[in-house]
Order: sequence, then C-alpha cells, then structure tokens
Amino acid sequence: MDTIYALATAHGKAGVAVVRISGPDAWSVAGKLCKLPSLKRNGLRKLVSPQGEFLDEALVLVFEAGASFTGERVVEFQLHGSIAVIQAVMSELAKQPETRLAEPGEFTRRALENGCLDLVQVEGLSDLIEAETQVQRRQANRVLSGELGAQVEVWRNNLIRGIALLEVTIDFADEDVPEDVSSEVLTLFAEVIDGIEQQTRGFSAAERVRLGYEVAIIGAPNVGKSTLLNMIAGRDAAITSEIAGTTRDVIEVRMDLNGLAVTLLDTAGIRDTDDKIEKIGVERALARAKDADLRVMISLPDDQLDIETGVNDILVDGKGDLWPNAIYPVSGETGMGVDRLMEDISSRLSEMASGAGLVVRERQNSAMLTALQFLQSAHDLTEIGSEQYDLAAEEARYGLRSLEALLGRVGVEDFLDEIFSSFCLGK
Amino acid sequence: MKQCSFDVVVVGGGHAGCEAAYAAARMGANTALVTLKQSDIGVMSCNPAIGGLGKGHLVREIDALGGVMGVVADKAGIQFRLLNRRKGPAVQGPRAQADRKLYQEHMQRALGATPSLQIIEGEVASFEFEGDTVVGVNLIDGAQIKTKTTILTSGTFLNGVIHIGNERKSGGRMGDKPSVPLANQLLSLDLKMGRLKTGTPPRLNGETIDWSVLDSQPGDESPTMFSFLHDRPFANQISCGITFTNEATHDVIRKNLEHSSMYGGYIEGVGPRYCPSIEDKVVRFADKTSHQVFLEPEGLSDKTVYPNGISTSLPYEVQVNYVRSMKGLESVEILQPGYAIEYDFVDPRALSSTLELGGYHGLFLAGQINGTTGYEEAAAQGLVAGLNAAAVALDRDPITFSRADSYIGVMVDDLTTLGVTEPYRMFTSRAEYRLTLRADNADQRLSPLAQDLGILGPDRVSGFEVKMEELQAGRAILDNLKVTPSDLEKIGITSKKDGQKRSLFQVLSFPGTDLGTINQLYPEGLGISDRIAVQLKNDATYATYAERQKREMEVLKRDEKTIFPETFVYDDIDGLSSELRKKLTLVRPDNIAQAARIEGMTPAALVLLLAKIKKFHQAKSA
Repeated sequence: MDTIYALATAHGKAGVAVVRISGPDAWSVAGKLCKLPSLKRNGLRKLVSPQGEFLDEALVLVFEAGASFTGERVVEFQLHGSIAVIQAVMSELAKQPETRLAEPGEFTRRALENGCLDLVQVEGLSDLIEAETQVQRRQANRVLSGELGAQVEVWRNNLIRGIALLEVTIDFADEDVPEDVSSEVLTLFAEVIDGIEQQTRGFSAAERVRLGYEVAIIGAPNVGKSTLLNMIAGRDAAITSEIAGTTRDVIEVRMDLNGLAVTLLDTAGIRDTDDKIEKIGVERALARAKDADLRVMISLPDDQLDIETGVNDILVDGKGDLWPNAIYPVSGETGMGVDRLMEDISSRLSEMASGAGLVVRERQNSAMLTALQFLQSAHDLTEIGSEQYDLAAEEARYGLRSLEALLGRVGVEDFLDEIFSSFCLGK
Repeated sequence: MKQCSFDVVVVGGGHAGCEAAYAAARMGANTALVTLKQSDIGVMSCNPAIGGLGKGHLVREIDALGGVMGVVADKAGIQFRLLNRRKGPAVQGPRAQADRKLYQEHMQRALGATPSLQIIEGEVASFEFEGDTVVGVNLIDGAQIKTKTTILTSGTFLNGVIHIGNERKSGGRMGDKPSVPLANQLLSLDLKMGRLKTGTPPRLNGETIDWSVLDSQPGDESPTMFSFLHDRPFANQISCGITFTNEATHDVIRKNLEHSSMYGGYIEGVGPRYCPSIEDKVVRFADKTSHQVFLEPEGLSDKTVYPNGISTSLPYEVQVNYVRSMKGLESVEILQPGYAIEYDFVDPRALSSTLELGGYHGLFLAGQINGTTGYEEAAAQGLVAGLNAAAVALDRDPITFSRADSYIGVMVDDLTTLGVTEPYRMFTSRAEYRLTLRADNADQRLSPLAQDLGILGPDRVSGFEVKMEELQAGRAILDNLKVTPSDLEKIGITSKKDGQKRSLFQVLSFPGTDLGTINQLYPEGLGISDRIAVQLKNDATYATYAERQKREMEVLKRDEKTIFPETFVYDDIDGLSSELRKKLTLVRPDNIAQAARIEGMTPAALVLLLAKIKKFHQAKSA
C-alpha cells in the first residue's frame, strides 16, 4: 500500500493548514522532517528539510493504525496557513520516494475500506470529492489551453511515439520491423527530459518561502510611488525588512499581508531617458515588474505608459487627492484609497494562491519531478540497447503515468494506434 | 441418440471448445463435447502455428493449469522458435509451426483419453431454457441433451459469410455451413452483438514452389517447448521459406481493388489492424515497395503451404496473378483461394469474469464469439469457461483470474470491462505487470491454483514440486553467498568499488552476468542445475521491478476482493451520473477493481459504490 499525502484543509487563506500523511511509511517519512512526538501527544516541532532548510514551525500529531481518520498510520502537520509554507512542505514530501500525492477522495476511500467511516457520511463526502475532481479537470484543461499546453502536447506525442517504437520491436519482433530504434527513442525521451527540467527549474518551494509573492508598484516618475510605499510601510507593523537603495534601484519592502508573505517593490519611474544609470534602473524596473505576481500601476490622467497589463493588475490613479474625477484615487500623501488598495492586493493574491491553483500547481510540479526520474532511467536503459527495451518501456510507462495529471490518460490503445499507423504489420 | 444428461455440455470442437471440455472434465464434471464432425476437432482453420508474443504466454499459462494446448502443440510442432530471444526474458514468447494433421490427431487422442468426457457428433439447433437457466441443448435431429451448464464456442459460425471477390456465401469456415438456427435464438436473447471480419490467404501447393531460389528460416537450434512437461520436440523439424511481394504484385492488386470484397464495399465488419489483408497493406502503406511473405508448410506429409502475410478477398483469378508475381511462386498452384469471413460476435461486456453470460444461468461463451482472434486466446477462454461451468455444475466456488496473476486475467478483464472494437489479440504490452507475468514462470504463478483445484495430473504435480524445491534451494544459496567488488573483478565483473558485499543473487541481476560467470568463483560448483540457473537469472533480472509491481498488485488484489453482490442495483445510487449508471449496468463489474477501469469512472463514484457495497453487506449481516 502506498503512503499518500495531501492538504487536508480547505485551500486558500486560512489560519491553519493541515497536511496529512497516511500509509505504512507515514511515520518514517514525517520523521525525516522532524522528530516525531510520541503517540497521542502532539508536539510543536520545527520542520526542516533533509537539506537543512527551515520550512515552518508546526504542530505535529501522530496516529497509530486503527486510531486515525483513514485507519492507517497517520501523521498530521498543522502548519501556518501560508501558501508558501504549504508548498514548501508538500514539495519536500513529493521528493520522498515512498510517498505520492493523494488522488481526490483517496483518504476517504481508505477510511471507508478500513471501516473508519460512518456510511451516512460518505454521500456528503462524495460531493466534495466530485468537486475536487472537477476542479482538477478544469485546471488540467486550463494547462492544456495555456502556455504549457503546446509543450505538454509535445511531451505526450514524444512519449507515445517513443514507447510505441519500443513496443513494436517487442510485440512484433517476428515481423518486418526495425530491430534497433534506440536513436529515435533517445531523441524523443531527451526532448521531454529537457523540457521538464526547464519547467521545474523555476519552481523552488523553498524560494517561495523566502520571497513570498511580489507586488510591483510601477508608473512614470513622480506619480507618487515612493510616497505610497512609505505610507504603506509606515502603517504596517508587519514589515519584516527594508532594503534601502538609491531611488534608481528597486526598493523592496517585505510584509505579511493577511498571512501571505508579500514583497512590495518600488521601482524606478518608467520613462525614456538618455541617462545611462537611469536607463539601467528603468530596465530593471520593467524586468522585475514583469516577473512580479501582481502589478499596481499608478498613473496620472495624462500619462501614456507603454506597459502591458495583466488581468490581475490593479490600475490606480496617483495623487488621487488632486483629481476629483479619478476612478480609483490613491494618495500616499493623505492615505486616500490605501485601505482599498491593500484589500484588493490581498484578495487578488489569495485568489491566485488559493483554490485548486496551489494543489494543481503542486500536483503538476510533483508529477513532473517524479516523471523525470522514470524518464531518465528509461533513457539510460534505451541507450544500453534492445536487450533492455522491456525495462526501458516499463520505466517510460511509469513516467507517462506520473504525468497523467498533465497529459491526460494514455493507454495501450494509444501505443497500438501509433504502431499500426506507422508500421505495416500482419503476416 | 438416446436422451442423456451431463454436468457440462460444450458446443463446438475448436480451440476454445477443446480446452473447455478438457478443463471441465478434469474438474470432475461429467462433460460432453458436441461438434459437427468429430474428425474436425482441433482443426487449425487459419495459419498452422501456435504461440508467439503474448500468445505464447497464454499457452504456457494454459499448460501451467494442466491444459491441453501446450502438450498437443509440442507433439505437433515442426519448427520451434523463441521470439525475442535477444531481449529480456519477460518478453520472450515461444512459437511453433504445427503439423495440422498431427495437431488434430493428438488433440483428438488427448480428449478421447480423458475420463468423463464424451464426444457427440451433431449440430446444436437451440438451447433449452427453464426460466433464465439453460437446462439443455436441442440437436437438429430432434435429440435433446440435458445439462446443468453449457459452453458455447461457435467461433465464426454465427451468421458467418464468406467473401471471395464479389461472391459471397454463408459459412463459418470454407466448406462448412453456418449455425443459423442457433444464431437466431441468440439474437432473440437481446444480447448486444457486433460484426467483425477476418481474412485468410490462398493455400499453395508446396510441390509447385521453387524452394531452391528462396531464403529459408530454420527453427531454433535448441527448441523451447510450450509444455512444462516437455524438453524436446516430438516430430521432425523443418524450415519455412521466405519470399517478398514486389511492384508487380502491388500493381496487380491496385488494378483490381474494386473487385476485392473489402474495397468493393461488400464487407461491413471491422477487421484487425494487426492482420491487414494484402489489399490493405498496398493501399495504406503505398510507399512500401515490398512486403515479407513467410511460406509455412502445413505439415510433414502435407503439400499445402500457408503464405503468411497475404490474406485477401480478391477474386480467384487475381489471387493467381499476384501470387505468381512473387519470386519462387512463378508457377505455383493455388489449392484453396483466400477469402474474408464476416461473423457475429457477442459484446463480451455482457459476460462476468467467469465468462458466464449475464442475465442467464449456466450459459458460458468462449472464443471468437466473444470478439477475440487467435487459437491461444480462444483456448485460454475455453479453459476459464470450462473450469467455471464445472464449478457451477458441481457447486464449487468460481475460479477467476486477475490482471495481477496472468495474461488470462488481463484478457478476460479487457474483454468483460472494455469490450472490443476490433478482433482482440493478446500483446505483451496489454499486460501492465509484464515483467512479472513471464512465460518462464507461468507454472509458479498458476500451478498452485491448479493443484488446489485438483486438476493437475500427478506427473505435473511431482515435476512442479521438484522444480520449486530446487528453485528455493538455489535461491537460498545465491542469497547467502556474498562477494566483494574485488572478488567480482577477478571474473571480469566491474561493480562499484564501495567495499560493499553483494549477494550472488544481486550479482546475478547485473546485465550480461549469468550463473556461468559466477561459477568461475566456485570451481567446486554451486550445485544449481542449468534449468534452475536460467530461472534464477530471470528472477534476478526483474527483482527490483517485481518489488515495485508487487505493491501495486496487492492493491489490485484487494480491490478485486470487494465484490458486487449479485442483486446489486445501480439505479438507486444518488450521485452517480446517468452515463456511469448505464455503463455499470452494461458491464456489471464483478468487483471494485473492475469497476475502476470502466471508462469515465470517477473517484467520487467509486467511493459511492464502495459505500453501497458495505451497506449491502451490513444490512445482510444485521
């Protein structure tokens, strides 16, 4: 029986988040992040990754098989309800070979199988599971139609083709088919491996903990960006650090906004300039603004800002106290509109981080990390030659299966379709 | 014929029928096999070969369960080849050319020598029902045979139509008539039916082939047998010839496409993609200028040659032209033209995993009637149906197979859960636990079950027990002896210089290392026989994968044990979509594992089903 883990509390903004690990290896896996308290006694523990990275301070609960929700050995981490913290912990669990992310409803199913659920509860739970499944399906569709979509399509085709090539040499060995397909298969697999590596490289949960979410304040010079930042910084007691710099550098103010770690970026005023140093500052501002999770665009009525805006960006009217007709007046001078702005920032970030978004992102990331290991060994086995094709195909299929959340289900029929459309078989 | 009564009546004497009757009789059921012509029992109506990839696995499994196909194929085999010899042992498949006459002869002899098995010549016209239970079969001559259970293995005889060019005639096989009355009765049972087609090549007169100009393909030097009982062939061994189609062949075919039954629009059934006709090959792979054709002699004392690779439904004259365009066949004589055959099959999703027809009692279906193709697929189903028909008749527990224990289990599950869209053939890629379900360990996987059922003959039991003892002893030796990297270096094996001692079993798992290499360290020998050494090497090769697969198989087996009660109703489960309800009602899964594989199944629906099953059992025990 596999050991599974997942976020057990509702997604999104919450004071406490519970990550549950269930299965025979639950204790040993959890034990890699902290010293487990004794049974039936909870303990406050620092969770530290095996590499020594601090993840969070959590309340840790340990349950014996037969005395838990699922009826199996269970460990629960009660974490701070920060999205970044949850991601960091989940990522560590994904890296453990003994565990995998629970499917929708899997905890419930285990509980049911082990007789730990009142049958009356089940029908209510099934609605939740259904909802979770639907959300995942929608998210998966979003991936396919989104930026990653084209990439994922290539992976899917490459893997089907690669496995089909291996399989045709195996299942149709007595027919007129090539004996050695290694070079084409290696190219196909290598492409997928490279692609996944690129996709996963940018995603480091630990980094997320450190940085949280970035909100860039951008606008032309002298629209009141710095004043606004100072106003926010001055009011907010939760500021954790302040990095001073020249006005031409990007200024970061870190704060805790309703449980989310947020870094506000004050950027140089954006304008065409001949001043070399200022030019660098502007470029830097644009780059940081582009990478930020959210942008607050401050403009005066006659500004012509040449910056692309995203759906999540907030457009405000700077020096709002001076413009009676402003739609979204904000002023660092008087504090006008600042509350509204902070609320908007907070709700948009929570929205971004909440819902299935986190789970799906985490699921995709852990799927890709798992797949990577299988595909790498499929690649290595293919390289050895046709005597290892059976093992290579096995590993590649596991890789494919790990990517199911991204690629959709791929079954024998998909390989057979590819085989029969590419090779003339049948003696 | 006087009226008589049986536990099991098998209708049909093809590969499914033979294996079914043999299995039922071995279970101790009083069994009758009813067939049109006794002399046609065990006939190979397509190519004269048994086994192959995936199929060879099935034959081994049949043999491990004490079945008849492997034994007969060994006795009739005139050329043995282990396919994929240079690939991993998991994907190696034994295959043999068989002498058609010898095969029939040995099959008939084996069935004839089986106690409590009676062979009856006759044509079954209808089933006799009492309510929804089949209680007998009526023969065309008016006789009735009473029975507790019936297995129908009618192959392609249900509404069979043979096509040659634009000619068409009714028949299940060239020269035989179709079973019309029986087909009509089956239609009246309101089963979901479909139509499939398959093709055969023209049969050639081997005496008119110029073998001297052709390449030949010999069998293996050390042949691999199907049966665990045998270690060498019985009949004389021969080679096959190889020729090729060429541009001239393709021209003939292209010019006459409109005369082909298939391309002329005379056929509606779906054919298998892995066995295309030569018309298909020429059209679909137009850039390929040549296709391989194997010339397989049908027997030692038979001049008939089966040209494997050119099945067709072109008119006879066109067949003559294209065949004669090939090297070595310039003046060949066609003994029997190739033809395509269309036939009805029953949607196998109507069957349970014992192959009993849902909604009725005591009626089992096996073989091509379930939408499969191939002798081996048919025989394996015959075995399952035979065992279970006997189990029902003798009031014993059902005998089911799992995807985790056999290719038989994979096939039955595929058929009964997913149904078929083209004639179903076994491939090793269909078995997700392929590395564990190997031809070489079929006996370890299945013989214990056969032993429990009491259907394994005494010779097989003792052979199996000896092998298992030797295996365990060998494994213990390899597990207990440990060597260092420097020991290994002495015999040319490079390993990580980590100072770690490794067991010989671990060393054996290295690619390219066999016991022969290891033996160099032990001049006095390890006391492991060659036969066992090969088996241990195979086990070692896949040891790490076997561990991984085992975990998954355990979950599967657990889910298979959560069984839907027979009276289970899907309609009153709140929260199930109507689409899923419909699918579940059609498939009527035996257990939760099978339900999970139904297309479109969701986790939420599974949880609901599980809860419903639990509730059902609770209510029952309360």
